[in-house]
Amino acid sequence: MLKQFGFLGVHAIIALSVPLLGIVAAWLLRPKKPYPLKKTTYECGMETIGDTWVQFKAQYYLFALIFVLFDVEAVFLFPWAVAYNKLTLFGLVEGILFVLILFAGLIYAWKRNALEWQ
Amino acid sequence: MNLLNPQTLAPWFISLIEGIGLSHFWTLVLWNLIGSISLVLFAIISILFIVWLERKFAARVQDRIGPNRVGPYGLAQTIADAIKLLTKEDITPATAERVSYNLAPVLAVFSVFMVAAVVPFAKGVIGADLNVGVLYITAISSIGIMAALMAGWSSDNKFALLGGFRVVAQLLSYEVPMVMAMVSVVLLAGSMSLQKIVAAQAGGRWFFWVMPGVFLLYIIAALAENERTPFDLLEADSEIVAGYHIEYGGIKFAWFFLTFFLNTLFLASFTTTFFLGGWRGPFAEQVPILGFVYYFIKTTLVIFFMMWVRATWPRLRIDQMMAFAWKVLVPTSLVLLIITAIVLKLGLPAIWVDALLLVLNVTVVLVVLGFLGRAMRLDIDRPKRRIAA
Amino acid sequence: MITQAIFIIVSLFTLVTALLVVRHPNLFSSALYLVASFFGVASLYVLLEADFLAVVQVMVYIGAISILIIFAIMLSKGMMGKHTSPHNQQDRWVALAGLLLAIILLYFLVALVQWPTTPVGPVPANAIQLLGQDLVGRFVMPFEIASVLLLAALIGAIAIAREREI
Repeated sequence: MLKQFGFLGVHAIIALSVPLLGIVAAWLLRPKKPYPLKKTTYECGMETIGDTWVQFKAQYYLFALIFVLFDVEAVFLFPWAVAYNKLTLFGLVEGILFVLILFAGLIYAWKRNALEWQ
Repeated sequence: MNLLNPQTLAPWFISLIEGIGLSHFWTLVLWNLIGSISLVLFAIISILFIVWLERKFAARVQDRIGPNRVGPYGLAQTIADAIKLLTKEDITPATAERVSYNLAPVLAVFSVFMVAAVVPFAKGVIGADLNVGVLYITAISSIGIMAALMAGWSSDNKFALLGGFRVVAQLLSYEVPMVMAMVSVVLLAGSMSLQKIVAAQAGGRWFFWVMPGVFLLYIIAALAENERTPFDLLEADSEIVAGYHIEYGGIKFAWFFLTFFLNTLFLASFTTTFFLGGWRGPFAEQVPILGFVYYFIKTTLVIFFMMWVRATWPRLRIDQMMAFAWKVLVPTSLVLLIITAIVLKLGLPAIWVDALLLVLNVTVVLVVLGFLGRAMRLDIDRPKRRIAA
Repeated sequence: MITQAIFIIVSLFTLVTALLVVRHPNLFSSALYLVASFFGVASLYVLLEADFLAVVQVMVYIGAISILIIFAIMLSKGMMGKHTSPHNQQDRWVALAGLLLAIILLYFLVALVQWPTTPVGPVPANAIQLLGQDLVGRFVMPFEIASVLLLAALIGAIAIAREREI
């Protein structure tokens, strides 16, 4: 197992250094003629008004939360799926129950209009 | 000694280098280094080709010629573009958060290169055949999501921030049906290792034939994960200009561009691996080189499908896109998962299991399409009724 | 030898980024350092040959929880600004108390717990399969309670977020 991750370790170093090398190469090659107007924020030629940090909707948070639930559910389901051949009928029922409970959550969210994007 | 067989290549190389006098550990590091660099080179070279292919394909669909100046058939156009991007002046907004701003493109490229490590190219040719391969793909792609968030936030630009959060909301929403489709695949294959998933599709029993519904779910989610039409909201120029990478230029933009096309390549690779038998085909077991050929043919076909969709379909609205993920794809994926689990436990002979799964998959898809059609008709009729009232 | 060197580097990385989470003046940057710290923890799991736990750490903590935290930060007005001070009037006393607590905990961990020093056997090749069997066998109650807990969290969140409109 560590052998497989050994490759990943080496690969991670390569995967990080290739984009970094690209940036360094560009830094050596490119022209540098800074000008204050160049460094302003690009908003289609208009001057920026106010702060960038606007307050976002609760909608994003709600979707992220529903995502967390399904993500955690998937984490439980993967080992269940791997072991499925070895499981009895009881394992099947438990797995389905697990999915159905979250399915109920999805239906609840749907009925409360939490899945509408406004 | 068959050098064409990758399984004998590694021991041969290791004994060769150890013969020179390097220790076993450093020989392994060197071998991994060679594998890793060839993987990255493969990715970059194939991107040069895929970008050209996509431009040429889209041009033909739109009755244009496409790139045709640099090199034969414009083949060297992407190389020319890469050189241009490399020599562009770097314009960073003065108010940007510099560390995150520069780290974001690096992390984006990092995440796609890391995903490349678990693509099975042929028998015995895979960067790392992890026991948790399928989960690893989802885990690493979350680093890419993080990169989009970092880019959007650190640019100090309203459009970038909005684009970043939008794209994250989209990627999260479509990751759920994608992961559930993967669970169905794992259920059928009995393993999360990608080579074992390929092995489970021996003898032409591609999971595409067994579970076309799950395949459909996966490919739709893949289009959305890749931010392709009809889910390319982040490129909605009229709304948010260019999304989270609006403030990037030169090589840093090039890295985001590379990430996009590498995502296309690897999502197509995983579609091939999960549903189209991976590198399997006649004689691929005996002659591993043939495995590469089959892998490339199948992956290219999937990429062509994605390009075809991109060239012909209009873009969805954001509320339609989110509703489609949560109200159509997620319930369907859960139903298909339950169906797969039940059918596998019925204790039928293998051929009947496959046939039953196929029939049920098609039924589920038809039922969902029926519901979808009804919902759409209601949606179209709604304004009329309001006027009538 | 090599594993130990990697362990030291990864632990230092995890600790430094964890410190930056609480020390950085910008809340969003703190969240990003938290992600880096999570990644360090995942690497530690890899060194322990717990591959499943490592990918789950990345998938759930970086892929889901961190994004939830970032979305929560941007929900609160004024928190997205360039600088929010990580200090308040009590921070010296809190630092002292934290240090004291750490010392006490370390004392208990090092001096009072009998740590097994014999190496455990190699990780079985079918570890994930065994995990799956245990999830619906020995640990079936926690497994189902987990799903009910997830459901409760979902209902709670919807109730709070949708309060005004219903």
